[in-house]
Amino acid sequence: MSETADILVKFDSVQKSYDGETLVVKDFNLDVSKGEFVTMLGPSGSGKTTCLMMLAGFEPATHGEIYLDGVPINNVPPHKRGIGMVFQNYALFPHMTVAENLAFPLEVRGLGKSEIEDKVNKALDMVRLGGFGDRRPAQLSGGQQQRVAVSRALVFEPKLVLMDEPLGALDKNLREEMQYEIKHIHENLQVTMVYVTHDQSEALTMSDRIAVFDDGIVQQLAPPDELYEKPMNAFVAGFIGENNRLFGKVVSIDGKFCQVELEGGGGMVKALAVNIGGVGSRTTLSLRPERVTIGAAKGATENSLSATVQELIYLGDHIRSRVRLTGNSEFVVKVPNSHGHVHLKKGEVTQIGWEAEDCRALDA
Amino acid sequence: MALPAYAGPLETTWYYTFRFLCGCIFLFLITPILVIIPLSFNVEPYFTFTSGMLSFDPDAYSLKWYEDFINNTQWTHSVKNSFIIAIFSTILATILGTLAALGLSKPHMPYRSLMMGVLISPMIVPLIISAAGMYFFYSNIGLSQTYLGIILAHTALGTPFVVITVTATLVGFNHSLTRASANLGANPTTTFFKVIMPLILPGVISGALFAFITSFDEVVVVLFLAGFDQRTIPRQMWSGIREQISPTILAVATILVMISIALLATLEVLRRRSERLRGMTPG
Repeated sequence: MSETADILVKFDSVQKSYDGETLVVKDFNLDVSKGEFVTMLGPSGSGKTTCLMMLAGFEPATHGEIYLDGVPINNVPPHKRGIGMVFQNYALFPHMTVAENLAFPLEVRGLGKSEIEDKVNKALDMVRLGGFGDRRPAQLSGGQQQRVAVSRALVFEPKLVLMDEPLGALDKNLREEMQYEIKHIHENLQVTMVYVTHDQSEALTMSDRIAVFDDGIVQQLAPPDELYEKPMNAFVAGFIGENNRLFGKVVSIDGKFCQVELEGGGGMVKALAVNIGGVGSRTTLSLRPERVTIGAAKGATENSLSATVQELIYLGDHIRSRVRLTGNSEFVVKVPNSHGHVHLKKGEVTQIGWEAEDCRALDA
Repeated sequence: MALPAYAGPLETTWYYTFRFLCGCIFLFLITPILVIIPLSFNVEPYFTFTSGMLSFDPDAYSLKWYEDFINNTQWTHSVKNSFIIAIFSTILATILGTLAALGLSKPHMPYRSLMMGVLISPMIVPLIISAAGMYFFYSNIGLSQTYLGIILAHTALGTPFVVITVTATLVGFNHSLTRASANLGANPTTTFFKVIMPLILPGVISGALFAFITSFDEVVVVLFLAGFDQRTIPRQMWSGIREQISPTILAVATILVMISIALLATLEVLRRRSERLRGMTPG
């Protein structure tokens, strides 16, 4: 996967500053293999869209070099890069019909009339819009416009397709449908895709690998499952999925585990030492709600604390229980609605427990 | 806006007063234009209604001033001049104004408001001042009393209209369309003609129309800059009033009013048609 010949896009220590003072992107490195689906995920202002714009050629990199298929492209204008792109607001040409929109990239490449017609029809069929060629973009629904934009980015068979929050304007159901559609297109065409979004579930659904951005830096670059199960720092743990945080101080380190004393006299907890300083440094413990057992007997799990039930929300497949521990009243436990699950009452004091393996000690 | 059912006497009174006032304003604006039309058919060389005209005597009306206009070489020459000058200055103003508006709408344009101010200053500075300035400047470089001089002067006066109308169109312009075009492989020239131009065309056309009319009815600059050879219609009308006091100018004025109405109507029809074709408005 990391062989040089298979790498299509390479960001080599890329920096970007708009005003010459603050860096929007600080030292960005990324290798995208051929056929891979890589997502850049992060909150707004984290620099992810800027990276995409630099790759498309709309913004020059302040420092560093971007390679496409081994060729540096910093000095290649956007129209010569041959990269397909789906824009946030689709950017369909309103004065052209759907078919003319799709024919545009083929016409500027000087293809013959019959060949263009052929490819346009194929591209429309691919997104299930055959017969819509004579419509104007304004006569289509948001989802249809989106599909036209996707097929226009693919019709000239680029090696690389970029997508800049393409599903942001769609409603939830349509968005999920489009996620699968884009994923299937990616699988069928084996085209390399770089996708930008701030929606973590979108990123988890579609990507081979996700680069989590914050503050102009990639916090972690990993496949979705690794990102969720093995976050390397407190930002990633908090940004991807639901996460319980406990603050404390490292008391001792013992191989891959460490002992942490919780703030506010919450007691000692054994955790996986992932990203901590030495003994005495502050740490954030990250714990997924579904990895916590509630009502467990003391000693049944490696860690056990008593907690007061604050709130119970019935969500069908599980019951979301917010409990108070010493120093944390926002601790969430998911109790699955399985046969014979624990029945809790508000205000009840119970025991919660978890394995040290599931509790990751991260940076403060 | 019909009167609602719950309107009291005060609202009803105001409703009709308001309509009456609006009518008066329209009348005030349009009467001076309308009154010249019957007067241009006057058989007598007067600028007032004769008793024959008021009693609708057919002998009190004639087309002699129209004949005079057509047969008088001074007039026909001025018509030719007006069209030559207006057409060329409109073409120049449209090209320059569109380019300026495109440049000024770029997101990272420095000194935008300063440049905008300079460009539209011919519209704001009193015309007599611009005209006097142009007179001295153009005399020094040998452009006074030439067609080129008047065309350039009228270009300067017409450009602000194009800049303003095109800039207004560009406010609603989605700049990711140019990015999309580049991304799809179109070079900047193709992008301009295939994507930008069709979308800003309504602004360009109305700007061009304003520029044309500005040049067509401009008299102050022409008074300063034009020699006898470059006399335009307004210039000829001006001397018509001062020197000859002939109702021919009423005939000319009537023809000009008709041309203006026809021009505006044609453009409006074209604009609606193209908008409908581009699917920007429903229906």
